Amino acid sequence: MKILVIEDDREAAAYLMKGLRESGHTVDHAADGTQGLFLATSERFDAMIIDRMLPGLDGLAIVSTLRSNDDRTPVLILSALDAVDDRVRGLRAGGDDYLPKPYAFSELLARLEALARRGGGGKTETTLRVGGLEMDLLARGVRRDGVEIDLLPREFRLLEYLMRNAGHVVTRTMLLEQVWDYHFDPQTNVIDVHVSRLRQKIDKGFAQPMLHTIRGAGYCLKPAA
Amino acid sequence: MFALFRTSTFRLAMVYLMLFAVSVFAVLGFVYLQTVVFVSRQIDETIDAEITGLAEQYHERGLGGLVSVIQQRAARTRGTTTLYLLTDRTHSPIAGNLTRWPDVTVDQDGWLRFPLQRAGSLVVGAAGQGTGDEAEHIVQAASFVLPGGYQLLVGRDTQERSDFDARMRQALGWSALLTVMLGLLGGVLLSRRLLARLEAINRTSSSIIAGDFSRRIPRHGSNDEFDHLAENLNGMLDRIERLMAAMRQVTDNIAHDLRSPLGRLRSRIEVTLLEEPSMERYRETLERTIADADGLLATFSALLDIAEAEAGSRQETRGPVDLGEIIVNLVDLYEPVAEEAGLRLTLTLDRPASTMATSPLIVSGNRHLLSQAIANLVENALKYTPSGGTVAITAGRSGDQVRLTVTDSGPGIPATERERVFDRFYRVESSRTTPGNGLGLSLVKAVISLHGGEVVLDDAQLRRAVDDGIPDEQPGPGLRATVTLPALASPARPSMGS
Repeated sequence: MKILVIEDDREAAAYLMKGLRESGHTVDHAADGTQGLFLATSERFDAMIIDRMLPGLDGLAIVSTLRSNDDRTPVLILSALDAVDDRVRGLRAGGDDYLPKPYAFSELLARLEALARRGGGGKTETTLRVGGLEMDLLARGVRRDGVEIDLLPREFRLLEYLMRNAGHVVTRTMLLEQVWDYHFDPQTNVIDVHVSRLRQKIDKGFAQPMLHTIRGAGYCLKPAA
Repeated sequence: MFALFRTSTFRLAMVYLMLFAVSVFAVLGFVYLQTVVFVSRQIDETIDAEITGLAEQYHERGLGGLVSVIQQRAARTRGTTTLYLLTDRTHSPIAGNLTRWPDVTVDQDGWLRFPLQRAGSLVVGAAGQGTGDEAEHIVQAASFVLPGGYQLLVGRDTQERSDFDARMRQALGWSALLTVMLGLLGGVLLSRRLLARLEAINRTSSSIIAGDFSRRIPRHGSNDEFDHLAENLNGMLDRIERLMAAMRQVTDNIAHDLRSPLGRLRSRIEVTLLEEPSMERYRETLERTIADADGLLATFSALLDIAEAEAGSRQETRGPVDLGEIIVNLVDLYEPVAEEAGLRLTLTLDRPASTMATSPLIVSGNRHLLSQAIANLVENALKYTPSGGTVAITAGRSGDQVRLTVTDSGPGIPATERERVFDRFYRVESSRTTPGNGLGLSLVKAVISLHGGEVVLDDAQLRRAVDDGIPDEQPGPGLRATVTLPALASPARPSMGS
């Protein structure tokens, strides 16, 4: 992907760009708001990472300007402000996701890739398919290799999200936010419990597992090898 | 004193003084004019009455009678206010207290006006013509021709009127002066009084600016606008002080409770670097460092969340929130966790009509913060209740409050520590081995207070009336957390009346 990073902190920007390049992305960088807006409007990017507090032009102002010009490029807002109100304001300005600083790079990468995927697929599917796993969104039914799997509503939503992001890492925070709409860190391993229950249902009895735990990052649903 | 003239209160007092003085002058002037007109009319009427009276005397008693009456009256009026002169047709005096007929003509009002000198007797004449040792008086007189050619003149010394006039003017002058003086004095005193109170507010403000934040503006006790101002300013100061205290506490907490884990983290890295280089050892240290850093960051954002909730969050993310919905979702989230831990998680929702519009469990607030606070209570219950126990959540309406309880069958919290567990980083001694940062309940308290509610801890008193098949052995007294929040007035249902 071609990604634009607008971040004024040189060191933070350097780490971020190194990480993104090592993950196989092309990265452009702007160190202030004005230059950032110039780059964002003059070139085409697959996604943007915009810091909220920037010299020149505020990050939120850049996002609102892009949106008012009908630019739908997925934007991930980074901010040192981690409060519910700030998140709401960031998303209202037109950001697609909001990540408080400091963040784990794996988290940022997973969210960014999820955003870019979402931006691409505009069509509404009625069936999701990953390897032998098949989900009927209308009938709310799930089968693996033709075998019916009985899921609770929350397990269904969890699996739907994993399938929509199949092949990519999905973090615990992303699951908590997207499946349950919670924006806090639980003290308990609540997401792990839900995932392991789901894994029991979709992997048990099959030779190859599909739902993998990625150490230090999250989970990944992949077609059975 | 000169500084006083520049104050707005003094200027205001002066404006009032001017308005007041103008109206006082207008009233006095009116009274003066009325009095003067009244007095001169009285003189006119007296003269007319005298002439009419004397003419009647002449008709009744003839010339002799008239002369005797005139002599009688002239003698009586020793104060010489009234003048009489009776002459024949050649103006030769017959009787009266005036020496001769004045040689003036009648003016347009029908009056004779002539100067009078008093030198023993009454002499008609201009000043300077007589001895000059007496002031010249003006006489106002009327003449009347009697049958037989006799001429009668009745006059009145207008000196009395002039004296009255002068005295009146003088009195008016003095009252005007007195009005201005009193007004000025009053204005100065009044503005000084107001200034003194303003000055008290200013002085207190200055000393607060200088750093003495414990100062408060004194109230006068009269419950007037200044007292209201003082109250409002003091209220503002109280709030600022609370915010500052909250901020200071965060700083203290950071200093005390974040420093030591940072120190541990640092020494671990240091020790690893001192050891024999080993890729595997480095990797392990880095992984543990990331885990520690994550823990620190979590603590840090928890502290900020608490501080923000305590300071009072901005209102923009507030709205109607259905606590029932929050609890249902939380139970959905935590049910597998409870099951995994061998706990029974029950939910009793006193919510007859379960649509958003009619739910009795609606409060005004921030959904995310309330979710997090209730999640913290549920997590605590799940964390501290031993396997085989129960965690019961109930929610219902009681009066205009929404009441939520989270009850567990765990070890409970000793009564003496139930208040302290809300303090930041405070952990009950027996729970120190369980993972946690000691901030969960602080956040609960901050969030619930922010929403105008209350959270109370007490013994669980789990009811055992129904035999639910759960073994009756209780490992502890259990803990019940009760949250009360003001209910948002239920959306008005369509009533028959309106």
